[in-house]
Amino acid sequence: MTESLLTVEGVHAHYGHIAALKGVDLTVRRGEIVALIGANGAGKSTLLMTVCGRPRASGGRIQFDGEDITRLPTFEIVRRGIVQAPEGRRIFPRLTVLENLQVGATPAEAAHFEQDLERVYALFPVLAERRRQRGGTLSGGEQQMLAIARALMARPRLLLLDEPSLGLAPLMIQQIFRVIADINAQGMTVLLVEQNAYHALKLASRAYVLAAGKVILSGGGAELLADPQVRAAYLEGGQPTAKPVG
Amino acid sequence: MAYFLQQLINGVTLGMIYGLIAIGYTMVYGIIGMINFAHGEIYMIGAFIAVIAFGVIGVLGISFVPLALLIVLIVTMVFTAAYGWTLERVAYRPLRDAPRLAPLISAIGMSFFLTNYVAIVQGARVKPLQPVIRGDFIVYDDGVFSVHLTYVQMLIWTLTLVLMAVFAYLIGRTAFGRAQRCVQQDRVMAGLVGIDVDRTIAATFVIGAALASVAGMMVALYYGVVDFFMGFLAGIKAFTAAVLGGIGSLPGAILGGLLLGLVESLWSAYFSIEYKDVAAFSILVLVLIFRPTGLLGRPEVEKV
Repeated sequence: MTESLLTVEGVHAHYGHIAALKGVDLTVRRGEIVALIGANGAGKSTLLMTVCGRPRASGGRIQFDGEDITRLPTFEIVRRGIVQAPEGRRIFPRLTVLENLQVGATPAEAAHFEQDLERVYALFPVLAERRRQRGGTLSGGEQQMLAIARALMARPRLLLLDEPSLGLAPLMIQQIFRVIADINAQGMTVLLVEQNAYHALKLASRAYVLAAGKVILSGGGAELLADPQVRAAYLEGGQPTAKPVG
Repeated sequence: MAYFLQQLINGVTLGMIYGLIAIGYTMVYGIIGMINFAHGEIYMIGAFIAVIAFGVIGVLGISFVPLALLIVLIVTMVFTAAYGWTLERVAYRPLRDAPRLAPLISAIGMSFFLTNYVAIVQGARVKPLQPVIRGDFIVYDDGVFSVHLTYVQMLIWTLTLVLMAVFAYLIGRTAFGRAQRCVQQDRVMAGLVGIDVDRTIAATFVIGAALASVAGMMVALYYGVVDFFMGFLAGIKAFTAAVLGGIGSLPGAILGGLLLGLVESLWSAYFSIEYKDVAAFSILVLVLIFRPTGLLGRPEVEKV
């Protein structure tokens, strides 16, 4: 449980001349849920994309399961088991739901396909109902489910989730977080980016707070949830965090 | 009536040739948003390779026509595909993230280069091809005029339909086809699901070139001559067909090709042959005024 699966060391990333990450250090251990919280523009999504090689890190090192993946092309990184449900969901709009799941399974062995399909249909029954429908015609919540399901079809060793709760109804948010907890309980390691800091910190074993491209705080999920600084900056006001913790 | 039928047959034949070339334009546009202006030259090179291959077959003394055709078809597709692959590798891949104008200029440069390369290597004179398939049969005769369907035309129709079917299956039903459509719809996300984007784009050029080469081979058989400049007008026509049908749409490329072929042959038959290109391009102008995305094209805006 303590062995590190992903190690990010002093990583920098740029969009053109603008520095989005300024030396980020982060570790994800096998079996953990690690949350990444922070304000808009702090670099959370950029960090997830940089792990996948888009944009490529302009400095520092990224190691996955002992291998340096900093310079690998994106598809090679994905084939090693880092799979992302990215910001904005990015469903292929003119592929059917089933086709989206089929392309999601690109890195996985074909022999597992039927079994994995059953599994994601069981997690998200609505996808089974809509399998012949084009991805672009789904509602926001359904697209989010499809994005997660598509990532699961790859049989990831590390699942990167970017804002899975964004724009969803409260009930849907609860459902998505329950699914994340379930798949983690089955052994999946998860790195989770969330604006919904309350839910994320409750779920996470550890968390990092990112601001202006740097990690400014890190610790256990419950620990950060109780931290007055974190409460003031990311929890109070906005989110329904008035209810007592635990 | 018989005369009209004959023009219809000729028009469909021409249209199928345009359609095969147009697929290459529309696929490349779909996947990297660029007009590959060297595609007409790829078609021209396909025609030359076919003529050379027929020559070699003649020297080898293979006289069984279906076997000869099959060998030439395969040789032509393979060699022309290699040109398509090299073209993408040399002229477009280094400019993948450059502003849109750069690959366009590169494409026009490659078009000039390939035209002159063939003119130098093969000579600037027209190259004849001895008729390989002779004969026809009479479809209809009204006493005044008899309608002929030549064996070459039948070959063109059959080959085009078979290729279209294979191609539709490849794009619609296989893992490669899904990867191809993913790269079209969202290149970044395609990488994130583990698709090798570079290889998929290269494969698109290979397929486009192979289809254009078959068109080149069929034209060599149909008209019996090839020359180094034949890619220019055919390329522009096929591009027109792709835009007419809706650039980016595969059924649109076929439909546009057929329409263009029919307009050309009917116009030549009933009005003046000198103005057939004017007629063809006027149709394009009209379609673009009233339906800017082409007949089967999709508006750029996507529901998200």
